[in-house]
Amino acid sequence: MADIITKATRIGYAEGLLYLGETDEKVLVMDADLAGATQTAKFKQKHPDRFFDCGIAEQNMMGIAAGLSLSGYTVFASSFAMFAAGRAFEQIRNSIGYPHLNVKIGATHAGISVGEDGASHQCNEDIALMRSIPGMTIINPADAVEAKAATIAAAKHEGPVYLRFGRLAVPVLFDRSYQFEWGKGQVLTEGSDVAIFATGLMVNEALMAAEQLKNEGISARVVNLHTIKPLDEELVVTAARECGCVVTAEEHSVLGGLGSAVCETLSEQCPTPVVRVGVEDVYGRSGPAVELLHMYGLDAARIVEASKKVVTLKR
Amino acid sequence: MDKQLKRELEMQAIRVRMDVIRGTFNAKSGHPGGSLSIADIMTYLYFHKMNVDPKNPDWEGRDRFVLSKGHTAPALYAALALRGFFPEEEIERLRKPDSFLQGHPSLRMTPGVDMSTGSLGQGISAAVGMALGAKLKGADYEVYTVLGDGEIQEGQVWEAAMFAAAKKLDNLVAVVDNNNLQIDGTVEEVNSPYPIDKKFEAFGWNVINCDGHNFDEIDAAFTFADKKNGKPSVIIAKTVKGKGVSYMEYAVEWHGKAPKEEEYTEAMCELQDRLAELEAAAAQE
Repeated sequence: MADIITKATRIGYAEGLLYLGETDEKVLVMDADLAGATQTAKFKQKHPDRFFDCGIAEQNMMGIAAGLSLSGYTVFASSFAMFAAGRAFEQIRNSIGYPHLNVKIGATHAGISVGEDGASHQCNEDIALMRSIPGMTIINPADAVEAKAATIAAAKHEGPVYLRFGRLAVPVLFDRSYQFEWGKGQVLTEGSDVAIFATGLMVNEALMAAEQLKNEGISARVVNLHTIKPLDEELVVTAARECGCVVTAEEHSVLGGLGSAVCETLSEQCPTPVVRVGVEDVYGRSGPAVELLHMYGLDAARIVEASKKVVTLKR
Repeated sequence: MDKQLKRELEMQAIRVRMDVIRGTFNAKSGHPGGSLSIADIMTYLYFHKMNVDPKNPDWEGRDRFVLSKGHTAPALYAALALRGFFPEEEIERLRKPDSFLQGHPSLRMTPGVDMSTGSLGQGISAAVGMALGAKLKGADYEVYTVLGDGEIQEGQVWEAAMFAAAKKLDNLVAVVDNNNLQIDGTVEEVNSPYPIDKKFEAFGWNVINCDGHNFDEIDAAFTFADKKNGKPSVIIAKTVKGKGVSYMEYAVEWHGKAPKEEEYTEAMCELQDRLAELEAAAAQE
């Protein structure tokens, strides 16, 4: 196996912002004293006059972003997922979502892979929170290439977008030919026994799981659902119908995230057995990110296990 | 202030108050007390101070207004209707399912509304963002926002205040409607925000105190706030909750309650009488 290149999706976010900095003068970037960590410092360095640090005041940042967007700007407001979607939830809901403003929330350090900082900073609830806001688009890229492309695509979309990025360097799955299709999932491997819908860093785990399942005689179709809202329902229903059972995989609570979104769609349009892989309604803890991912069942092994289980549930 | 202009504004403010009563009576709900306390300020802004075009509510060069204390939307709607942004009849459909007049201001539904508000503490941040946006664009419009004195208990207000001063947003004018009452009692009883002026001063703002029901004082305060010295300005307007309707004045229970039929008639008669007095005085001159 060739050397795997790894890169955090937050770096892809910064690359996307840098591209936008050169190509779209309406783009502004904001942060709440985490520019080094969220990577927006790279944009700040290039375009200091188009970067605003609000200090440690995420609620105000969302309101300022709303006001700037009403002045004709496309604003990327950045912080950790916990403080963006969590602390500033109501500001996002009332000051950005309700008036449907052109604000993009760049939330980094999502999920358990924050690692050593522990449960207070490991946000496994943000997708659930953002999904509940009418008109919000939620994108959770699988690698740095997709993260960059999603950032650029978000700037072209009129309305609020929640972009979810990770701290941990994860394998780069896509090459330069990658095209981000707005709202469209992507079949990465064909298969017919089980459909695995994955998002974020779990896409790579799903691909590894599919390899293992193949060796055990189970043909898995891996689908990358970078966009959780609006969900690519057509793709989800088609894959579920053709494979007859489904596994979902996300670095997020099993409540309210991708797994919930898939179950909601399937129960109404194509009832299908589903097993969800994700954080099991518990808080995280401190530790090295990769160790924690295994500890909380966010890995290929758990997807294999879930796939074998769900195949037995087929009617 | 010119005497005739002052008289006109006083009459217009009575009409605003009548629409506040008319709106909340027909809606059988809403917030008359705080709407009446800001009626003079809203009148001053929409009939004298602000550069707006009712025929073109989204005109790029207009001054912006954010009602941070969004529950007093009836006063904003009254000013907008009387200024010609939409027909005054709509006031009677306030809070009805088929009306574009929501219980709290909605940017996407009502002509002339510059920002959705209602959740306290959030409007000022949006106003600060608009002021920053104007500076970035090199646009010379002003941004005005009105806050409640209870509202400034919200921490976000002070996050916004700190940011506005740090960014030297002297195109921003905030008004604190200091009627001294909030739902649970007087602001001191509940959680005192005083001294309000010293707090804003410490945050780096120009601070002006005025009587929020006296147009000479209101005019002097806004004129002072026009000075461009690299600081945002706040006008602390001493007001009376329920102002203009005798039984609502200083009465906390009229924060969020609509007048019933008899109360409606009494309030409208009082306001009508006051308007007639002003008209008679104007005719004599």
